[in-house]
Amino acid sequence: MSAALLAPGFLGSFGGAFDFIFSERDSVQGPELQVGGLGQIWELASTQIAISVVALLLAIAIALPLGLWLGHRGVGEFAAVAVGNAGRAIPELALIALMVAFIGTGNLNVTIAVMILGIPPILTNAFVGVRQADRGAVEAARGIGMSELAIIARIELPLAVPTIMGGVRTASVNIIATATIGSLAGVKTLGDLILSPNVYGEEGVIAGAIAVAALALAFELILAAVQRTLTPRGLLLQRATARASA
Amino acid sequence: MSGSLLELLADVQIREAGTGATTCQGRNEAFCPGFVIDNIGDYVSPFLEHVLLVIGSVLIGFAVAIVLAILSHGRRWLIPAFIGTTGVLYTIPSIALFLLLLPITGRGTLTALIALALYNLQIIYRNANSGLANVPGSARDAGRGMGMTDRQLLWRVELPLAVPEIVAGVRIATVSTVAIATLAIFAGAGGLGEILYNEGIQRDVFKTNIVFGSVLAIALAIACDGLLVLVQRFAAPWRKARAL
Repeated sequence: MSAALLAPGFLGSFGGAFDFIFSERDSVQGPELQVGGLGQIWELASTQIAISVVALLLAIAIALPLGLWLGHRGVGEFAAVAVGNAGRAIPELALIALMVAFIGTGNLNVTIAVMILGIPPILTNAFVGVRQADRGAVEAARGIGMSELAIIARIELPLAVPTIMGGVRTASVNIIATATIGSLAGVKTLGDLILSPNVYGEEGVIAGAIAVAALALAFELILAAVQRTLTPRGLLLQRATARASA
Repeated sequence: MSGSLLELLADVQIREAGTGATTCQGRNEAFCPGFVIDNIGDYVSPFLEHVLLVIGSVLIGFAVAIVLAILSHGRRWLIPAFIGTTGVLYTIPSIALFLLLLPITGRGTLTALIALALYNLQIIYRNANSGLANVPGSARDAGRGMGMTDRQLLWRVELPLAVPEIVAGVRIATVSTVAIATLAIFAGAGGLGEILYNEGIQRDVFKTNIVFGSVLAIALAIACDGLLVLVQRFAAPWRKARAL
């Protein structure tokens, strides 16, 4: 099939992996279990997408208001930065393993664990983004009588969009990566392909890796489009002029 | 009563097997210090493997990133290409990247080193690039005024002034790598993932190893971070260490 079209050697393994994605086959353990094919890939991917989207939205709902408020008040810089650093130091595998050992398995637990790794980059970036917002613009808003809440929502938030979205994109990578390992906690995501070579075989493992990478890139492209839509036109123009004059 | 008797029997059995087991291990309690102390030797090699993966991949990533930054410093049109390429690599979750390299470089340390170095490369290149771009024009002018050539300007003015941002990048890269390298176990490269996964989750969710493996990983990350703060002070004594 499609594998035959590809050159031998390592391309052969990738060819086999694509073959796995597009057509069903017997599992390593025997013909009573069929694995592979677009149907199964989609089933696993849709679980992963559902968990990732819910976790990302929850992480935004928690971290964004907190980061905006701390940044607006200019308090808690140490905490906001420390959370970001700590988030990088927590291994995804350790988080999932600890969850399996002490809290339990299942969709809800995995979603919460995955969400935890999404919070730090959004919180830190929201804080930094607001701090970097043009102070002149904020003072002007205060001068024309805007309420503090309106200043956050209509001045600081729009100006901080590029920085915040940077955090959201990092969070998205963290979340998809962790949801992959969520398979260790009894949730059948694309990670199931990666973590069970005794069922899916080497080609299934590579197929899983390809699917996870494609999913992460798709999220990245969508979030980049969201960022372009949300960034105020004035900011885009300002940057374009800065680039032209540099 | 029969439950505690079974427990006792299980303990005796484990003791007889000569693994130096203690009661809390048999009950799979949250953390069994006795087990760790008795088997401390078994943690040494995964830990050292982990340290080597981190040091090796940071050094490779650093070397390539600095070369790329110097290359693109004089040829600014290269910057978007470099940032774009390394950015796409960064978007791919680490576990997927490890496995995508398997057909090319096979299972083992090499695959893990390459994947981790690619992540480091991206972080360090970004910082090196902005560090070089942020060198004050006045410092450059002063160098020129002293009659420096382009090469002298790069090595004696621009690179030294970019050191704080470069080291800040190395810090972020190192701490992230300590965490990500736990996944190297799935590329067959050992490291602390061995304790968390092979000796933890796969060993009937053995809590002691999961807790101790996590503690080792986080402690290593904190130690690396502290060490690099010192490097930051040492490498740029004229500026107080500052990193986000």
